[in-house]
Amino acid sequence: MREFEYQRAFDVAGAVALLGADPDTRFLGGGTNLVDLMKSGVERPARLVDIRELPLDEIQSAPDGSLRIGATVTNGDLAAHPEVRRRFPALAQAVLAGASGQLRNMATVGGNLLQRTRCGYFTDVTQPCNKRVPGTGCPAIEGEHHNHAILGASGHCVAVHPSDMAVALAAFDAVVHFATADGPGEVPLADFYLPVGDTPHRETVLPAGALITGITLPPAPVAAHSRYRKIRERASYAFAIGSLAAALDVQDGVVRDARLALGAVASRPWRAAAAERVLIGAPADAETYVAAADAELAAARPLPHNGYKVDLVRNLVVAVLTELAEEAAR
Amino acid sequence: MTTATTGIPVRPASVGTAHTRIEGRDKVTGAAQYAAEVPFTDLAHGWLVLSTIARGRIRALDTDAVLAMPGVLAVLDHRNAPRVETDYVGFLGKPDPTCAVFQHDRVPHLGWPVALVVAETSEQAREAAESLVVHYEQEPHDVEFRGDHPDAYPVDAIMPAVTGKGDLEAALAASAVVVDAEYTTPEEHHNPMEPHAATAHWDGGRLELIDSNQGATWVLGDLAKLFSLDPASVRVRSEHVGGGFGSKGVRAHQVAAVMAATVLQRPVRVVLTRRQMFSLIGYRSPTTQRVRLGADADGRLRALEHRSLSATSTVHEFVEPSAGVARVMYDAGAHHTANRVVRLDVPTPTFMRAPGEAPGSFALEAAVDELAEKCGIDPIELRLRNEPDKGPVSGLPFSGRNLAACFREGARRFGWADRDPRPAVRRDGRWLLGTGTAAASFPSGAAPSTATATAHPDGTFTVRISAADIGTGARTALTLVAADALQVPPERVHVRIGDSDFGPAMLAGGSMGTRSWSWAVQAAGGELLERLALGTDIPPEGITVRSDTAAAVGALTPAERHSFGAQFAEVAVDVTTGEVRVRRMLGIFAAGRIVNPLTARGQFLGGMIWGISMALHEEAVRDRASGGPVGADLAGYHVATHADVPRIEADWIEDTDPDDPVGIKGIGEIGIVGAAAAIANAVWHATGVRHRNLPIRPDRVLSARAGAPDA
Repeated sequence: MREFEYQRAFDVAGAVALLGADPDTRFLGGGTNLVDLMKSGVERPARLVDIRELPLDEIQSAPDGSLRIGATVTNGDLAAHPEVRRRFPALAQAVLAGASGQLRNMATVGGNLLQRTRCGYFTDVTQPCNKRVPGTGCPAIEGEHHNHAILGASGHCVAVHPSDMAVALAAFDAVVHFATADGPGEVPLADFYLPVGDTPHRETVLPAGALITGITLPPAPVAAHSRYRKIRERASYAFAIGSLAAALDVQDGVVRDARLALGAVASRPWRAAAAERVLIGAPADAETYVAAADAELAAARPLPHNGYKVDLVRNLVVAVLTELAEEAAR
Repeated sequence: MTTATTGIPVRPASVGTAHTRIEGRDKVTGAAQYAAEVPFTDLAHGWLVLSTIARGRIRALDTDAVLAMPGVLAVLDHRNAPRVETDYVGFLGKPDPTCAVFQHDRVPHLGWPVALVVAETSEQAREAAESLVVHYEQEPHDVEFRGDHPDAYPVDAIMPAVTGKGDLEAALAASAVVVDAEYTTPEEHHNPMEPHAATAHWDGGRLELIDSNQGATWVLGDLAKLFSLDPASVRVRSEHVGGGFGSKGVRAHQVAAVMAATVLQRPVRVVLTRRQMFSLIGYRSPTTQRVRLGADADGRLRALEHRSLSATSTVHEFVEPSAGVARVMYDAGAHHTANRVVRLDVPTPTFMRAPGEAPGSFALEAAVDELAEKCGIDPIELRLRNEPDKGPVSGLPFSGRNLAACFREGARRFGWADRDPRPAVRRDGRWLLGTGTAAASFPSGAAPSTATATAHPDGTFTVRISAADIGTGARTALTLVAADALQVPPERVHVRIGDSDFGPAMLAGGSMGTRSWSWAVQAAGGELLERLALGTDIPPEGITVRSDTAAAVGALTPAERHSFGAQFAEVAVDVTTGEVRVRRMLGIFAAGRIVNPLTARGQFLGGMIWGISMALHEEAVRDRASGGPVGADLAGYHVATHADVPRIEADWIEDTDPDDPVGIKGIGEIGIVGAAAAIANAVWHATGVRHRNLPIRPDRVLSARAGAPDA
């Protein structure tokens, strides 16, 4: 394990200054992913800047109904917050579907967005991996890929993003705030993650040296009636093989509003915009739900061993939307 | 079961009463020291460098650059390491050359140890080891295990490879009902909580090893032979062990630590990472098993064939004897079994909890369930109709076969009589529900052991035996046995284990540990009591007697000696998501006298939970291109979490073994046997689909629904 320096920052400007756009320095939040990657040699930073003391650990409701979540809020605190549970239940459910109680009490919101893939080739430094070492190849395409991407992948990388939280945030049009030495900036989560293309090692649009300071969830009345369903290979403590964050507003048997985002199908949380277009204005019935799922899955390009995800996603969309519609009718 | 001696009132037995772990408080407070935690002055740390190719030759190692790194003391590889002797027969046969590290330049699998880097700190050793550049001459490899591999051949191991009687094809042709199915189980890894760790040092001309193992004298025997040492000049200590499951014998890290301690003449510690354990400690081979059953319309077997194929390495033959279970469970006029292996460029597999029985019972007990379905007979009734009255292959009598009683008690408690045999007709919301059952068996045996018992002037006793408590509760069980033998409360007995200086004893394996050790402890305690009855004063150093059970164990008459059990499971399956959840399980066992109900229940439950993992979760994936494991950590390799474990009950029926002085049979492994089959049979009952390939993953459930009725 490489020796590294450890520093602690106490305010945002200080943290950004300490990082100084040094490519060998990493911000340390909960460390639940970074420290693992350092142990396995995937990350070899020369310096860590600990940001857990930054005053970014609050969740605030704004007068316009939006919710501002600080970057160092722990996953556990996020899931337990009454406003989150009331207005964005799918977000609370998504967070609780991930990791374990101990990990959620350490992991931060900002770090969660920047989780690295758990692809077994990425985490093994003796294996080739375009995401870890550009140009070395992607052994998953010919090898083990039964939990890899069916949407938006490329011949250079088929890994999936591991976050549950980010799937719910994607459904609710979250905006990511960051700070750089030149001042603050923001970017919609929809534009936060880069397409895979031939640069799978470049994952987000965050400028070099930027620190995520928080997330804003704009007001979304439909989100109050939302759900997160996660399918995994055991009942707890496993990454999704397919997940869905969904919100549905049905009036008089017609879908008035709908939000859908998928997890474990792509290199990023996958907002199912094509499915939403089919849903909105259509009758709230199984036929519509299947059509919506199929509209999204038309772009799916499964590999030999992950074609089941197409069926899984279709079934999930139908099951969760049916549940939400039935509950709304009660 | 106590030794009554004139003049001493017989106390109520401690054996059979619940007793918390004697070292439990030390373990939960962190006071118990595991092998990697014992402090040493001047300790150096070794880190193993593993090959990144699956087959070939080491051309060169750039050790100069590594030797110049901070703290680095030495690099051992095949050019400079001490020579070891591998041409010997140890307790379990010829040694797996995998443990004889750095003897040649050949690389037989990915993850083969090619060097040990020793440094002042563990971090320095790791950084240097991960920086070491090794040049290879790579050769094409074959790591792909498949049932039709052309190079498979039969291997005699702990049992003959092939048994056969009667004309199989004729009996199948004459059968009213035939089942012919292939079952597969994946590569599985032990993954004990505590990674393997050893510290070696020379102390006044004596080699001492602080280790985490399943048998101190077992490891001592191998080390003495490997390094051509007088066994009396070697001491192995292993006081607390965080799980073993068959993986903790002599492995590369202990041998490398001894080499480095010898070269550097200072203590050297080598600890394995979780990822290294996937290459270095053995594992359970994948199996492909074909079972053919032929029966009359009333379910009585005419023909039974069970053929199993497993993989081994190119350097050592290890066979996973899955077909052996058929030699115990069911008889037929035509009865044929075979265990074959194929050599691949993979690490050598090894014993893993219930070797043979765990995968074998999955195939056989699932096939029996299929036969019951085809015959239209209740699967318990079908099994009862096929209860053999003697060993189907050996012809020997059974020394207690209480399988039928297990099924009757289990069926009563599980509510089996109310079961509708039709598949795919029960629903609870999105879940399809089903129940399943399977039989279990595991050999019961004893091996020679020695023990000492010492009486102290203050009325307390010390019992010493080179036993290993790998989490089973053996230390506590032996305390209860000793208390009864000495006719005192357990609080007056101090049992010391895990030290080869206490003399030869059986290892913790084969479900034979507690039985073998208890025999020796009982004998020593009984003899000491007789000495004390003579009324002599106890001197300050105490009075010590030694027992050796070799003659008594050797006098056991040949018989079919096994523990038995009946497993029951209820599952819920969502065929639209592929999720399978076990809702409840019940295991009823006939496994000899139960020494400590508290820890025994834990062992049974642990085995059954492992059965849930085997049925639904556990699977190591080997990358065909590189030859190495993918996702080699506990995030990638799934075992059941708490959330996967439902209400589980384990219980037992009276089954005291008349041929054992304490009445013990052994319970270490039977808990997992049959559990996966019971769950797979329940999945069929829920969905109508036979899942013959483990684990029953969501993608398999989803794909099966879209396709054929078999998966």
